[in-house]
Amino acid sequence: MRGTIDGNEATARVAYALSESIAIYPITPASPMGEVADAWAADGQPNLWGRVPTVVEMQSEAGAAGTLHGVVAAGALGTTFTASQGLLLMLPNMYKIAGELTPTVIHVAARTVATHALSIFGDHSDVMAARQTGFALLASGSVQEAHDLAAIAHAATFPARVPFLHFFDGFRTSHEVATIDLIDDEGLRELTDHDAVIAHRIRALDPDQPTVRGTAQNPDVFFQAREACNSYYAATPGIVQSAMDRFADLTGRSYHLFDYYGHPEAERVLVIMGSGAGPVIETVERRAQAGDKVGAVVVRLYRPFDQAAFLDALPESTQRIAVLDRTKEPGAPGEPLYQDVITTLAGRNGSRPTVVGGRYGLSSKEFTPSMVADIFENLGSEVPKNPFTVGIIDDVTHLSLPGGDGGSSEPDDVFRAVFFGLGSDGTVGANKSTVKIIGDASDLHAQGYFVYDSKKSGSVTVSHLRFSPRPIRSTYLVEQAQFVGCHQFDLLEKLDVLEVAAPGATLLINSPHAADDIWDELPPWVKSRINELGLEVWTIDASRIAAALGLGGRINIVLQSCFFALTDLIEAGHATAGMVSQIRKSYGKRGDIVVDRNIQAMELALAALERVESRETPAGNGAPLRDLEEAPDFVRRVTAMMMAGKGDLLPVSALPVDGAFPTATTQWEKRSLATEIPMWDPSICIDCARCALVCPHAAIRLKVYDPAFTESMPDTFAHKEASGKDHAGQLLTVQVAPDDCTGCGICVEICPAISKERRSHKAIDMVPKDPILEAERTNFDFFLDLPDLTPAEVNLSSVRDVQLLPPLFEFSGACSGCGETPYVKLVSQMFGDHAVVANATGCSSIYGGNLPTTPWAVNKDGRGPAWSNSLFEDNAEFGLGLRLGLDGLQDSAATFVDWLRPHLGDLADRLLTADQSTAEGIAAQRERIEELRVALESIDVPAARSLSEIADHLAGRSVWIIGGDGWAYDIGFGGVDHVLASGRNVNLLVLDTEVYSNTGGQASKATPRAAVAKFATGGKRTPKKDLGQIAMSYGNVYVAQIAMGANLTQTVKAFAEAEAYPGTSLIMAYSPCIAHGIDMRGQLDHQKAAVETGYWPLYRYDPAREAHGDPGLKLDSRPPSRPFVEFARSEGRFAMLERNRPKEAEELFAQAQRDINDRWHVYEQMVELHRTAEYAEVEG
Amino acid sequence: MTTGFDMTTRYLGLELAHPVVPSSSPLTGDIDHLHELVEAGAPAVVLPSLFEEQVIHEALSVHRSLDQASGATPEAPEGYFPELDTYNTGAGGYLDLLTAAKQELSIPVIASLNGDSFGGWTLYARILQDRGADALELNIYHIAADADMTGSAVEAMYLKLVESVRDAIEIPFAVKVGPYFSSLGSFAHKLSSAGADGLVLFNRFYQPDLDLDSLHVKRDLDLSRPSDARLALRWIGMLAGRIDCELGATTGIHSGSDVVKMLLVGADVTMMAAALLLNGPGHLRSVVEEATSWFAERDYVSVTQARGSMSHEHVSDPSGFERANYMKALTNYAPDWA
Repeated sequence: MRGTIDGNEATARVAYALSESIAIYPITPASPMGEVADAWAADGQPNLWGRVPTVVEMQSEAGAAGTLHGVVAAGALGTTFTASQGLLLMLPNMYKIAGELTPTVIHVAARTVATHALSIFGDHSDVMAARQTGFALLASGSVQEAHDLAAIAHAATFPARVPFLHFFDGFRTSHEVATIDLIDDEGLRELTDHDAVIAHRIRALDPDQPTVRGTAQNPDVFFQAREACNSYYAATPGIVQSAMDRFADLTGRSYHLFDYYGHPEAERVLVIMGSGAGPVIETVERRAQAGDKVGAVVVRLYRPFDQAAFLDALPESTQRIAVLDRTKEPGAPGEPLYQDVITTLAGRNGSRPTVVGGRYGLSSKEFTPSMVADIFENLGSEVPKNPFTVGIIDDVTHLSLPGGDGGSSEPDDVFRAVFFGLGSDGTVGANKSTVKIIGDASDLHAQGYFVYDSKKSGSVTVSHLRFSPRPIRSTYLVEQAQFVGCHQFDLLEKLDVLEVAAPGATLLINSPHAADDIWDELPPWVKSRINELGLEVWTIDASRIAAALGLGGRINIVLQSCFFALTDLIEAGHATAGMVSQIRKSYGKRGDIVVDRNIQAMELALAALERVESRETPAGNGAPLRDLEEAPDFVRRVTAMMMAGKGDLLPVSALPVDGAFPTATTQWEKRSLATEIPMWDPSICIDCARCALVCPHAAIRLKVYDPAFTESMPDTFAHKEASGKDHAGQLLTVQVAPDDCTGCGICVEICPAISKERRSHKAIDMVPKDPILEAERTNFDFFLDLPDLTPAEVNLSSVRDVQLLPPLFEFSGACSGCGETPYVKLVSQMFGDHAVVANATGCSSIYGGNLPTTPWAVNKDGRGPAWSNSLFEDNAEFGLGLRLGLDGLQDSAATFVDWLRPHLGDLADRLLTADQSTAEGIAAQRERIEELRVALESIDVPAARSLSEIADHLAGRSVWIIGGDGWAYDIGFGGVDHVLASGRNVNLLVLDTEVYSNTGGQASKATPRAAVAKFATGGKRTPKKDLGQIAMSYGNVYVAQIAMGANLTQTVKAFAEAEAYPGTSLIMAYSPCIAHGIDMRGQLDHQKAAVETGYWPLYRYDPAREAHGDPGLKLDSRPPSRPFVEFARSEGRFAMLERNRPKEAEELFAQAQRDINDRWHVYEQMVELHRTAEYAEVEG
Repeated sequence: MTTGFDMTTRYLGLELAHPVVPSSSPLTGDIDHLHELVEAGAPAVVLPSLFEEQVIHEALSVHRSLDQASGATPEAPEGYFPELDTYNTGAGGYLDLLTAAKQELSIPVIASLNGDSFGGWTLYARILQDRGADALELNIYHIAADADMTGSAVEAMYLKLVESVRDAIEIPFAVKVGPYFSSLGSFAHKLSSAGADGLVLFNRFYQPDLDLDSLHVKRDLDLSRPSDARLALRWIGMLAGRIDCELGATTGIHSGSDVVKMLLVGADVTMMAAALLLNGPGHLRSVVEEATSWFAERDYVSVTQARGSMSHEHVSDPSGFERANYMKALTNYAPDWA
C-alpha cells in the first residue's frame, strides 16, 4: 500500500498504532506528530489492540516525559514526540526509564539545540545530548525509513527492554512529503513480540504483586546495580537486527545496523547517519558504477553501537574514512560519531585506515552531492584535512573544504520543479496536493520539500518538487528545475527566481498583466535570463480568478491546474480526476460550495492560461542588492546578504562569535508588502494618536515640532497645528512608513475622526500605495530627521504623549495586524531607552529576534532596549538573573562612588541619592554620570578606572520579562510563580493569545473553555487559568489585566504603574491572534467585545493602594453587558465548535458564561477586600 | 368553538384547515416553536428563507478562515486549527430543520428560498423538494441599485427565474414579491404564466435607518403594523379572480379582522409573522377564532363563499381600490391638531 505523507505522519502512524497512552507537548518540528495523534484520538481511531489511545497534552516536555515514565511503569504502552530543547527537558526521565529497563519509544524530529542562537531547523545536536541516557538510538534518513524504523524501534524495545529514541532529521525528513510504502496493521501485529509485551505488563507496578522502584542506593551497591543492565545492552543490537530481518520478510525492505553502499572494494568510505545519507548514497553508487572505489556506511542503530557489525559493514579494502557528524561538540577531540568510529577501529586487529571527521549540515544547512564530492576529494588528498567542515566558508579557522563544482548527480529522468509563492497564497498546499496526486495516481515516486522565510507576514515560500521513476534519495534542494512557477509577480523583482531554471525550462508566472503586456513589465534581468536559457513562458491572472470565486488570495488550485496542463507527468484526465479527488478530500468537510468553487477554479484556469512570446532584449544583470549606502557597515556587509537570500555565502568571519547582533536593522529591510497604505488627512485629525498606538508595525508615527521646519519640508509633507496647551504653537504630523506598513488597516478601524461631509472618510484612510509611494518615502525620511521627544519630556500616562516618543521596536515580521506587537512597541516607547528585555521563546522571540533583521531599535542617542531570548521555560528566571546582575553592577558602581567620595565631593551624594523613579529622574542621573566621567578623568586611582567602566549602571535599568501564555501559564509557570514571589523589581508582560501561537495554535492553560485548538479538537473542556488571581494572592505584586482595543488609557496607565512600582509587576495583555479565527483588521473590536462580555475583565491591582488603606484591586471595566455567546460566534475558534458539535457547543458556551459570571462575582468581592498585612513592602 | 362556518381553504395544492398560516420568521426556524404553532392550530407553516447568498458567504468565510495563514510559517505549515470532521456549511442546518419539521409535524410544511443565482435557485429548489417540502415559496427580492438596469430587465430576470424553477421541480410554488413594479397586474399575469402557482403579496423589505448616535446605517428588524396591510389589500382586491393564480396576503395581518378583510378581497390564505413574534404562537388561535366569529355572526357559511366577495371585480364601487381612494382620503382627512 502506497501513501504520500510527510515524515512526521509516517512516524506517528506507527507510534499511534502501537501505543496506549501518548503524552505530548508542542515543539517544532515535532508538533505535527502530536497533532495528528490527538486528531486521530478525537476521531476515535483505534490502535492495534482496538483501543483509542489516550492523548494528553502536558505543560512541558519534562511533564510529558514524566507522564511517559508513569505510563510505562504502570505496564502500558506509551510514546511521546519531541525535538531539541524538548528532548533536553526529557533527559532526566530518560535516564530513569532506561535505568529501570522499561520499554518505550520516543520519536524525535532532530533539531538544533539553541546555543548562540535558536534554530528551528535540523541537526543532531539534540539526539547527541541523549546518547548517554541509556536509550537506544535508531536513525532514519528518509520518510520511508522514518516509517519503517519507527516500527522496528517499537518491535525491538519490548524484547530488548531497552527504551528507544527513534530520530529523523527535523524539516528535511519530518516535513518532506514523499511517496512511501505503508505498513498495514497486520504487518505491525506480526512484527510485535506479543510475549515481550505481556512480560512488560507483568513487570508493572501492581499492588497485587508489589515492588518498589526508584530506591536510593548507597556506595555499597549502586555501582554493581548499574552494571547489572549490561547484558541487555549487549543483546539489543541482535534484537534490533532480528526485528529488521522480520521486517524485511514482511515488507521486502531490508535494513541493517549499518548498511553499506558503493564499491565492494572501496578504498575511500564515508560514514554518516540521517538524511545526509541521501546525497552520499547517490554519489557513491554513481561513482562506484563508474569504477571509482568509493563507498559509504550508513548508521542505523547508533546506540548501542555494535562495533562488530560496523566492522563487518566496512570493506576490508578501506584505506581512508571520513566520518560525518551533523552536530558540534566544542572542545572535543572530535564529534561523537567520529569518536565512536575511531574507538571501534582502534580495537580492530590489522591495518587501520586513516580516519577524519567532518561537520556538515548544522541547522539544516544544505548537504549536496557536490559537497560529498568535496569530501572524497579531501580523502584523496595527500594529507586530508582533519577535522573539517563542509558547506560553509570558514575563513577564520580554515576548517572548511574548498567547494568544487561537483555538478548535479540527479538523473535526467527525474522531473524537478520549483515554485515561489507567499505563505498566504496556498502555494505550499497546492504543491503538497500535486505530490500526493502524482504519487497516488502514477508509478512515479514523488517528493515535496518546502522552504519558508523567517517572517510571519508576507512570508515567501519556495517549494521543491521531484518526480522520479525510482525512490528519491535527493535530500537537498532542487538545483536545476525543468519547471519554475512564480506565483507572485512582485517576487520577480525581489528574488532571483530563475537561478534554479534549467535551460529550456517552463516558466509560469501569475500576473495581473496580459500575455501581450507582461514582457514590458518584467524586470530586465528576468527578460535577459529567459532569452539566455530559452525558457517557455506562460502567464495567468490566477489572483483575479480566485478573487472572483470568493477564494480570497488562495490561488493554489488555479496554478496547480496550470502546472498539470503544462507538464505531462500524468495524463490530463488523471490529473483532473486527481485534483477533483484532492479538492474533495481537502475541502469536502468544508462543504459542497467550497468544493464547487475550487473545482471551478481548476476549470477556469485552463481557459485563462496564456503563452508569452519572448522578445529580444538587452542583456540585464541579476537582481541588484538593495542600496544600503547609509546603513552601518555590518548591515551592508552581512545583513544585506541575508536579506537577499544569499546568507549561505557569508563566511565565518562575517558573523559574531557570540550571537550578539546589532539592533535596529529592520529599518533597512523595506519589504513593501502592502498594496494599500494609510493616508493622513490633517484637516480632520484630532491628534488622538490612537492610530500610532495600535499600529502593530510602528508604521504610523507622530511628532510635534517647531514650525520653523516648514521651510525645509517636502511639498507633500502634511502637518497641522498641534492641539493642547503643552504643544501650543507647534506643528504635528502623522506619518506613515510606506515601505514598512503591512496594510493591516487597524489604524483606520480605530480612527475616531470622521469627515462631516463624507462619512466614509476618516483622518486615516487606506489608499493605493503605488501612486504615493515615492512622495511618502521622501516624507518619511524628512519625518525621521525631525527631532524626537524623550520620555522625560512627555506625560507617560497620556496616550497621545507616549505616541510622540520614537518606537524602539519597529517593522517586525509579525503577522499583519498582530495583537501582541502594539504592547511590545509601547514598552519600547515608554521605557526602551533604559530597558533590558528577557524574551521567552515564542512568537515574540521570532518576530523580535529572527534574522536577518531585528526590530528592537535605538533612539537618536543610540540608546534602546537590550534584548535576549534564553529559553522557553526559563524566561522569568532569566529576567530575574538580569535584574540581579544589573543590580550587582549598580551596587559595585555605587561602592566605587562611595570610595571616591573624597574626590567627587557632593557629586557622590547626588549620584547615590538620586530619585530615579521617573523618566526625568533617569535623565538627570545620566547628566550626573556625564559629570562623573569628566571628574574621573582627573582622578588617578584604580577605583576611578574601574568606576569609569561601569558608571553607566548608576542610571536605572528597567527589566521587562516578555513572553506568551504558553510560557507564563504552562512551561514557565514555575519560574513565573517564583519570580512573582521574589518581590524583585522586574516587570512581566504576558502577551496572552490564549494559545501556543508560534507552534501553530495548540491549546495552553490560557485557552478558554469551549475554544477549539489543536490538542483541544472538541473544544477545551476546562476553564482558563486565572493567572492574575494567583499573582494577586501574593499581595505584593502589581497586577494588571489590559486590552488595548477596549481601553487605551488603562493600557498606558498600567504600563506606567507597573514600571513605577518598585517590586514585581505582572501585566496580562489580551492579544488577538490569527489563531482566533478572526479578521485581524477588526481585532480591536474583538478586544472590546471580550471586555464588554466580561470574558476579559480589565483591572489593576496595586499593592501601593493597599499600603494607603484602600482596596488594591480596581476594576477598570463594567460588569458584563453582553452575552458570551455573541462574542463566541464572532470568533472562529468558538464558532467552529458550534458548527461541528452544536449540542456540545451549547453546553460549553453555557459553562463558559458561568465561568465569566463567577469570575466577575469573585472580582467584585475582591474589590471590597482589605488586607491587614503590609504586603506592599518589597525587597529592593 | 363550533360555529358551523367552514374555514377550510386551498393553497398551493394543499387542503388547509383554515387560512391563517404562520409565515417565514424566526419563529418558524426552530422545531420547538414549530410544535407550539401546530399546537396553536397552524394549518401549515412557511419555514424561514434559505438564503443562498448567506449559505455561500458562510461557507467561503469558513474556508478562508481555516486557510488563513496556513502555509505561512515553517512552524505552522498546516495553519492554526485542527481539521474537524465537518463544519456544517451549506444548507445542512436548514435541511435538517425541514426534515425534522416533516417528520415531526402533522401539517404541511412550505419551504422558502431566496436564491442568488439561477443555478442556485434551481439547485436548492430541487433539494428542498427532495427533502420533502410540500410546497415552496420563492422569496424574490431585487433592489435595483444599478441605475443602468431597466424595469423590464428586472421583470425579465424574475420571469426567467420562475420559469427555471418551474422546470426544475414538480411541487407547487408561490412567488413572494414586492410591490415595486410599474404594472403589477400585468406582471402578476406573467408570473402566473411562467409557472407560479401562487403569489404572496407583499414581500416586506427591511428598510435602512440611521443610528444618530453612531452615525451608522441600521439594518434592524422593524415589525409590520396592521396599517401596512393596506397595500396588499388593494392589490389582492385588484387581482382576485383575474389571474390564474392563488393569492396569499402577507404583511400587517395582526388580527382576525385583518384576516377577514384579506379573504373578502380575494386572498386564499393570509400569512402572519409580526403578530406571532409579538404575542407568541398562541395568538394564532385567537386570530382564527375572531375571524371565524365574524363570518359566523354574519351567516357566512364558508371561506369559499366569502373569498373575493369584495374584490375590485365584485364591489359596487371599484374606484375605492384605485387612485381616487388616495385623493378622497386626503380630502376627508381631519387632523387631530386642527
